[in-house]
Amino acid sequence: MNLATTRAGQALPERREVAAHPHAARLTLRAIGLGYLSVLLALPVLMVFLRTFEHGLEPVLAALQRPAFGSAFWLTLQITLIAVPVNTVFGIIAALAIVRRRFPGRSLLNAVIDLPFVLSPVIIGLSLVLVYGQTGWLGGALGDLGIQIIFAPPGMILATLFVSLPFVVREVIPVLREVGTDQEQAAYTLGASRWRTFWRVTLPSVRWGVIYGVILTTARSLGEFGAVAIVSGKISGRTETLTTHVEERFLAFDLVGAYTASIVLALMALAVLFSMTVIQAGRHDKGNH
Amino acid sequence: MIISVRRLTKQFGSFRALDDVSLTVADGSLTALLGPSGSGKTTLLRIIAGLDLPDRGSVHIGDRDVTRVPPQDRGIGFVFQHYAPFKHMTVWDNVAFGLTIRKRPRPEVQRVVRELLQLVQIAHLADRYPSQLSGGQRQRMALARALAIEPEVLLLDEPFGALDARVRKELRTWLRRLHDEAHVTTVFVTHDQEEAMDVADHIVVMDAGRIEQEGSARELYEEPASEFVMSFIGPVNRLDDRYVRPHDLDLAVDPRDGARPALVERVVYLGFEVRVELRREDGLRFWAQISPLEAERLELVRGQTVFVRAARGRSFAGALPVGAGMRGPETTGRA
Amino acid sequence: MTSTTGAVPRHGPAFGRYDGQGLLGPGLAAGYLALLVLIPIAAILWRSVSDGLDAFMMAVTSEQALAAIRLTLSLSFVVMVINLVMGTVLAWVLVRDDFPGKALVNAVIDLPFALPTVVAGLTLLTLYGPQSPFGLNLAYSQAGIALAMLFITLPFVVRAVQPVLAEIDREMEEAAASLGASGPTIVRRIVLPNLAPAMLTGAALGFARSIGEFGSVVLIAGNLPYRTELASVYIFGRVEANQPGAAAAVSVLLLLTSLLLLTAFDIVRRRISRHDEPVSA
Repeated sequence: MNLATTRAGQALPERREVAAHPHAARLTLRAIGLGYLSVLLALPVLMVFLRTFEHGLEPVLAALQRPAFGSAFWLTLQITLIAVPVNTVFGIIAALAIVRRRFPGRSLLNAVIDLPFVLSPVIIGLSLVLVYGQTGWLGGALGDLGIQIIFAPPGMILATLFVSLPFVVREVIPVLREVGTDQEQAAYTLGASRWRTFWRVTLPSVRWGVIYGVILTTARSLGEFGAVAIVSGKISGRTETLTTHVEERFLAFDLVGAYTASIVLALMALAVLFSMTVIQAGRHDKGNH
Repeated sequence: MIISVRRLTKQFGSFRALDDVSLTVADGSLTALLGPSGSGKTTLLRIIAGLDLPDRGSVHIGDRDVTRVPPQDRGIGFVFQHYAPFKHMTVWDNVAFGLTIRKRPRPEVQRVVRELLQLVQIAHLADRYPSQLSGGQRQRMALARALAIEPEVLLLDEPFGALDARVRKELRTWLRRLHDEAHVTTVFVTHDQEEAMDVADHIVVMDAGRIEQEGSARELYEEPASEFVMSFIGPVNRLDDRYVRPHDLDLAVDPRDGARPALVERVVYLGFEVRVELRREDGLRFWAQISPLEAERLELVRGQTVFVRAARGRSFAGALPVGAGMRGPETTGRA
Repeated sequence: MTSTTGAVPRHGPAFGRYDGQGLLGPGLAAGYLALLVLIPIAAILWRSVSDGLDAFMMAVTSEQALAAIRLTLSLSFVVMVINLVMGTVLAWVLVRDDFPGKALVNAVIDLPFALPTVVAGLTLLTLYGPQSPFGLNLAYSQAGIALAMLFITLPFVVRAVQPVLAEIDREMEEAAASLGASGPTIVRRIVLPNLAPAMLTGAALGFARSIGEFGSVVLIAGNLPYRTELASVYIFGRVEANQPGAAAAVSVLLLLTSLLLLTAFDIVRRRISRHDEPVSA
């Protein structure tokens, strides 16, 4: 089962004679669709921006300067900066394995990769605690070595890795399939070693899939809440991410604080959305390579 | 049912697909719209069908002005180049579609569909899906589907274009026979002149959005009105200002009156004919078509010099005066 | 799994052995997955029954747990139905219609994928919660949860249907018109049947997503037991109450239910895509 991964910027098809559909029906559908989007998406987002700055700039700046916000922000960044490269490398390796290698359990591997899409983040968090917590299967042994996973950043990294696992794989696999082995074989006949071919032929041929997968992985990592909430213990200043910080501020009735952190996250999300659109548009112009 | 279009003009952006085209299709005829891609033939067909609207001009079917009438109400049947099968329905449901949406009683639908499937010889495939049929079978299904609603006019857009040569020939014969039995006014689009000549009573040659000439196969072949028509309809050599068909060139081993020497560059044996590729002293290349018997009699070899004479040829207005040498018994003006 | 476009699948490098038998890549991938995913999942399965079968049964038959699961499934289902309709409408508008700003609208559809769930919840709360300018307070209500789920799952059906709708052979519709079918008939008998598999796929994915949703509902729902407590929130509650066994048990129940439903979806989807099977001899 493949996630219908986002297609912002997907080439919108050329118009054929729109004469086929009566004008009134078209306008009605358009109104319904756009109306739905406004009510569900546009207006709420607009509202957040309005409410944040309702009382001027100072409360917002104050919220940004809270130490809790600062540490949450940096921790989020650090986690993302670790999780994304790791899952990118994994994604490429797994995609190559699934497409180019035959081995027992290949379809099982493929199915397991889809698990993070189906599992509730809460279940994911729980599963990690059961294994890496102090009384967990591996947690005990690691604890003896002085390594704490749960209620500490390493656990949060694991949780983030888990939830953002599938994106690069899923984006690279179809591209890899389409590209095929022809180019690589041409490279071999021209004398390139396998390693060199991998770097100079294979990787470049899937770069758009990788890029898009990286963007999706980043978005997911930044936005993870449930699994990280369980795994981190939400210790303010130590194991708080931006997302759990939003919740914390909300529960503390500090709406401006919550909104401010949300705006920061929303801006990051918009940056992600923007790059998704641009990349997808570029992909279609260049014929997906 | 007569079809007549008057002064049709259609533009797609800056591309003029049809330029002031007028045409009358006789009742019960089998007419071909023949031309290269971009000639406007498919656009014309689609406008007759109502699938596209003209910028200017009118379309009449019978005595009705149908210019603004949607395709549903024109009484036409349309067969698409790639068949446009309803992929999600069985062959049976595909053919029955037109009748089903008209809410015809079940026994009638069953009878009509069964007859049509037998007519097009795919009755044994009734429960299959289009994806399980070959190209030729799909095309026949498309035809049956269009015929099921008993259209007054049948329109086919390059119906055999996507099929391989042998199937194409079979279906051509088949369409001709079908028309002979049913006598529905039929118009089909093709870029293949052999197909047009084989199947149609009446051929309309189009180029660049205009009708170049219309007539029977013989008329077009023997009396082309322009260089375009002549070279589109059949093979042609351009010798100075004259256009000569390869099979109208006489070859002789000895010099003769009115014949010019040429070098035999290549002799190609094609079974039913022999093609002789020739080069004149001034470098002009052309080719002649002769029977295998002729070729044997002349004992043609590469490098040989033969003497070539045109049995007939044609010049078109605005061409240069007849050049020296290539004279035959008839000169300009001959049909 | 996506299938290749008719090409013969070819195995063999990038990098490694030529015959496709190299195991370094698969090994690394499998190892990573084992440590990160498989072992933790196994741990949940094990923990759910490690206190004994009785404890398992007690946990999964608890009134509160069942209420949470019932609520989760019913709301997810309602949301799925709405998505089927609205998702298709939106896909239609984006593919068949044209208006200034369409590209922007197309991009915005992906916002729920990019926006953190917690922010989504807060966002909806701002407009539809206690401080709503419309006076429309959906906080602490099932409608509020449904709203959050609708937000989160918006892109699934749209994105699944869009490419299929764009690729539909327009000639099929023209053929139907030439045979006498009116516009609505064409949509009903030609377009929708061809979109159905994609619609179902998108709906199933959205359904799977909303069953596990946590971040966006945790603020808006109020999490009142038996009334607005979702399964994910209930499990979270068990974890906080230091009852990992019960949490694991209910997790397993939730997982099994999702798996069952998703398999059912897949079977239905396969059956309605029968006609796409390749040409037989």
